[in-house]
Amino acid sequence: MGYHWNWGVFLQPSATGDDTYLGWMLYGFKMTIGLSLSAWIMALILGAVIGVLRTVPNKVLSGFAMGYVELFRNIPLLVQLFLWYFVLPELLPPSLGNAFKQSNPIVQQFLASMLCLGLFTSARVAEQVRSGINSLPPGQKNASLAIGFTLSQTYRYVMLPMAFRLVVPPLTSEFLNIFKNSAVCSTIGLLELAAQGRQLVDYTAQPYESFIAVTVAYMLINVVVMFGMRWVEAHVRVPGYIGGK
Amino acid sequence: MYEFDWSSIPGALPYMAQGMKISLEITVTAVLVGIVWGTVLAMMRLSSITPLSWFAAAYVNFFRAIPLVMVLLWFFLIIPHLLETLFGFPRGSDMRLGSAIAGFSLFEAAYYSEIIRAGIQSVPKGQMAASNALGMSYGQSMRLVVLPQAFRNMVPLLLTQGIILFQDTSLVYVSALADFFGAAYKVGDRDGRLVEMLLFAGAVYFVICFAFSQLVRYYQKKLKTA
Repeated sequence: MGYHWNWGVFLQPSATGDDTYLGWMLYGFKMTIGLSLSAWIMALILGAVIGVLRTVPNKVLSGFAMGYVELFRNIPLLVQLFLWYFVLPELLPPSLGNAFKQSNPIVQQFLASMLCLGLFTSARVAEQVRSGINSLPPGQKNASLAIGFTLSQTYRYVMLPMAFRLVVPPLTSEFLNIFKNSAVCSTIGLLELAAQGRQLVDYTAQPYESFIAVTVAYMLINVVVMFGMRWVEAHVRVPGYIGGK
Repeated sequence: MYEFDWSSIPGALPYMAQGMKISLEITVTAVLVGIVWGTVLAMMRLSSITPLSWFAAAYVNFFRAIPLVMVLLWFFLIIPHLLETLFGFPRGSDMRLGSAIAGFSLFEAAYYSEIIRAGIQSVPKGQMAASNALGMSYGQSMRLVVLPQAFRNMVPLLLTQGIILFQDTSLVYVSALADFFGAAYKVGDRDGRLVEMLLFAGAVYFVICFAFSQLVRYYQKKLKTA
């Protein structure tokens, strides 16, 4: 076929003149990593709290946590993103909403994306935390209550230290997912990896090189995260337990 | 305070229903093709013929490593162009629905094949051995003994994956194809009522997915007690 391959295109100065197309890719790469990591921290903290709430013997708290999980699991990620980006600023009190709308567009896109990915993933993390807690032998909880621990002490000193270690292997796939899901944020104009790939197609007229480069970049992230998590898993493995899934 | 105005919704319902038809069309086709191709991949992965199992492993790992958005962009932007140059398809023909269905099917097959592989492996080895002892060929034992049991256990997982796929069909937004979400977005954009339309779309997705996942849960319980 008459396609003219030209991998050198990445080293050419970009249309705006101040950078190369490789620089564009790197910008997108950094954006994807920064967004995913900050959303992941949010998801871990919120997910741990909600996951614990799902298991406590209190109908109101566990009901709230269940509603939270069902809400975020049953609405498509793209719809959630648009709700945070387009709808939330309108519904906030005008002073806050206007402050958001007048801020730097990159900040707006980044904040909405982080909030969206963080909350979406937190519901999934919560489910893993819940199943980690539920997989503990019930004797542990009963024994700590019997020796006079309060419920919160039981969680703090007995159940959670175990559950958080057990939950690490299943969290690996959620961690991988957050990088992949971050590509959805290109739809609101955030210039992360996938969006840069599209821009490169438009500017360089070398669609194959651009898309292959972006695809390889995602595979690279995937491999690095997988090896990183394998290392973490080896360090938190509980002796005597099968390493989970 | 924001003043809600829901008046765009009633008039737009037929248009959004058409969009929902597209969403469901993509979902159902991709689930069916995904399960069939996923079964083939799973059996290749478990087969003793090394090249086949390598191919299946590479396929599954590749599709699981890249974002769905990237796969869809390949299928919307690059593959049609490739088909035009390779097979002389008419330039600029609208292949978006076909591209979407193909992209989702190939992508989901990777996820389905992992579910199916786990399902096949969950059937006790003695089943296969016993069918072989009865004189059945490998194909017969797979088709008549192992797969039926495997699928019975897998139905809830396959359906749950279907719900996820239904949610993911909203991503055809990147090609401006008017699925349910795309239709709602377009109407909201046209009428300046994006807030209401997005909330409405979210509510519809929630009701459908929540109801269906409750059904799956009910079925799962029945399966366990049976």
